[in-house]
Amino acid sequence: MGDHISSSGESHGSVGSYLTGFVLAVILTVASFGLVMSHAMSPAGTGGAIALLAVVQIVVHLIYFLHMNGSSEQRWNVMAFVFTVLSVLVLVAGTMFIMHDTAINMMSR
Amino acid sequence: MLGKLTLSAIPYDVPILVGTFIGAAIAGLAVVGLITYYGKWGYLWREWLTSVDHKRIGVMYIVVALVALFRGFADAIMMRSQLALAYAGNPGYLPPHHYDQIFSAHGTIMIFFMAVAFMQGLMNIVVPLQIGARDVAFPFVNTLSFWMTTISFLLVNVSLFIGEFSQCGWLAYPPLSEQQFSPGVGVDYYIWAVQLSGVGTLLTGVNFFATIVKMRAPGMTYMRMPVFTWTIFCTTVLIMVAFPILTVAMGLLGLDRYLGMHFFTNDGGGNQMLYLSVIWGWGHPEVYILVLPAFGAFSEITQTFSRKPLFGYKTMVYATASIMVLSLVVWVHHFFTMGAGPNVNAFFGIMTMIIAVPTGVKIFNWLFTMYKGRIDFHATMYWVIGFMITFSIGGMTGVMLAIPASDFVLHNSLFVIAHFHNVIIGGVYFGYVAAMNFWFPKAFGFKLNEAWGKRAFWFWFVGFYVAFMPLYVLGFEGMTRRMNHYDNPEWHPWLLIAEVGAVLIACGIVCQLTQLYVSIRDRNLAENRDLTGDPWNARTLEWSTSSPPPFYNFAILPEVHELDAFAHDKEAGIDTRQAGGNYQPIHMPKNTACGFLIGAFSFVMGFGAIWYIWWLAAVGLIGVIATVIARSSDNDVDYYVPVSEVARIEQEHTHNLMAAQAAE
Repeated sequence: MGDHISSSGESHGSVGSYLTGFVLAVILTVASFGLVMSHAMSPAGTGGAIALLAVVQIVVHLIYFLHMNGSSEQRWNVMAFVFTVLSVLVLVAGTMFIMHDTAINMMSR
Repeated sequence: MLGKLTLSAIPYDVPILVGTFIGAAIAGLAVVGLITYYGKWGYLWREWLTSVDHKRIGVMYIVVALVALFRGFADAIMMRSQLALAYAGNPGYLPPHHYDQIFSAHGTIMIFFMAVAFMQGLMNIVVPLQIGARDVAFPFVNTLSFWMTTISFLLVNVSLFIGEFSQCGWLAYPPLSEQQFSPGVGVDYYIWAVQLSGVGTLLTGVNFFATIVKMRAPGMTYMRMPVFTWTIFCTTVLIMVAFPILTVAMGLLGLDRYLGMHFFTNDGGGNQMLYLSVIWGWGHPEVYILVLPAFGAFSEITQTFSRKPLFGYKTMVYATASIMVLSLVVWVHHFFTMGAGPNVNAFFGIMTMIIAVPTGVKIFNWLFTMYKGRIDFHATMYWVIGFMITFSIGGMTGVMLAIPASDFVLHNSLFVIAHFHNVIIGGVYFGYVAAMNFWFPKAFGFKLNEAWGKRAFWFWFVGFYVAFMPLYVLGFEGMTRRMNHYDNPEWHPWLLIAEVGAVLIACGIVCQLTQLYVSIRDRNLAENRDLTGDPWNARTLEWSTSSPPPFYNFAILPEVHELDAFAHDKEAGIDTRQAGGNYQPIHMPKNTACGFLIGAFSFVMGFGAIWYIWWLAAVGLIGVIATVIARSSDNDVDYYVPVSEVARIEQEHTHNLMAAQAAE
């Protein structure tokens, strides 16, 4: 037995797509380290750039390693992902809203 | 070699702990002795500890939850007794160091190991049966989840006798929980226990989400799903959203403590206020994670014992889903006083008030279900009605606290304690006990004793009001929470009354234990046995199979034609079981010790890390990784139940059914 594991039609990727994903991930990681170590930008700019690279990194992982796409078998994954993005946005934006307001009132920054 | 662990970490000079240890040791030895005497170790290991059967895992979860209830309640009654004594110069019997550990342990245990474990137990027992599935989506992950929860609870209890527990309250706010102010191992015990049990809960969330999405019986569309399954569905979504936040919060606090980082410290650019925002980003969804399944159980019980379908199924579903979304945008009401301006506080205050609307919709739905129903005042129904009264009061005090201006008066006072016990005992606990009474015959094949069930209810119900209404008064009188002793003469009588309430609740717990004992003793009496599998004339699929169900749940997967599939089949004269039908070999997972082993190694890792015994932590971590690799490369994880075996088991149940019909 062992042939039962998956036959439901989802794509599990090819060597090529894994390699593409891997190379992209490495480039993004090296770019983040490079930005910090070379002091090429201001501290605030560096923070923003790293955050941006991280978001791109997440998308690369989702597409090349977790095989997410718009096909019908993936509908649940995409829905779950949209909900996740929504919750993350609520939490991140909410926390920034709260902490910004608190910082002004409490002079913690 | 042994890190921070020395002989002085053993509290042999604290009589209360020595007594507890002796008691626990005697009880433990008695259990071990009895198992050995009856030669049940092999049975226990093969049939329970390594089981991947969701019903058995569910039962084990609830056993853990009940043990946690006793531990948590012991803490509670100790606190009440301390406050009844520690007045006007009398220091009481618990010094602050010990008292602070007790209130921290009480909250941690009651939430993470009583309520969360109980909830997971209920969803394990009920959900696969209710959706007509043979097991959960990932049976191995299920046993792993169970063991992660169990070893974490063990870790908390080990802290009683080796070292100390956290003294920082159940959410370990920094900077108090930082190395600077809590240099001991208490907070580390807390972090590791919460972190490891969080892994288990998160995996349960993923597992049951996949189960509900993928494994519903043919014909069961989303709008034909039983309400309990709907509430579990929303709960699993919240678990998947919220528990990673907890993991991050604990992770950052752990980095602060172990690696000297500065996320939440006073100096070095840390900001402890961020911790509050992050931890409550998990903490508020958490209370809905706990209460939604209780709402689901109330829905099933109300419709069954009112002998009519649930009023407003669709509004119930939409209300549940609205609560799921709204619960993510209310977390600031736990720290209105932290210093945010009116913009923030007004927004979150209003969101908090809005969440009362879908909850109110549910209350009305249950009331209208009962209206003109033929209500059977079964013991289970007592808990439901007790819940509706108690939870409504708790909800109203919650709306009071949602007004930022009044929260500034009441924050951190006993009013808050009274409020959340009002909703957690009245909502979550009453709900879980009702669910346990309701589904017990399904899990074991005999009913729980009703007389003792009603006695337990009355003690809990009256005990709750006597114990917590005084706390509302004390909150208005300005008594803060987590206080060790006081000298205000106006508070003393109220705290004495609250102590009486705690004793009444203790009687309630004794009644529940007696109920279990009496029910097990009388399990073979004809009026207690559940031969048909449908003792309450209920409406959903779990009641269509035998009690206890065969390990494969359904010989032939049921076909769902309508909402309340089983009720529909009974009315239309359809045999849901399709007894004697065309049986096929059934594909089932094999039991595995890997969940237990990963749990055991995680325990070793946690214990090592708490005491800075790094080689031991490494052994644990390597053990975990090795077990995961071994399990992943094992292809011999499943088997097929032959048709003859299925036919034999089904035949037996058919005989039972016919005997039961003949007896009527």
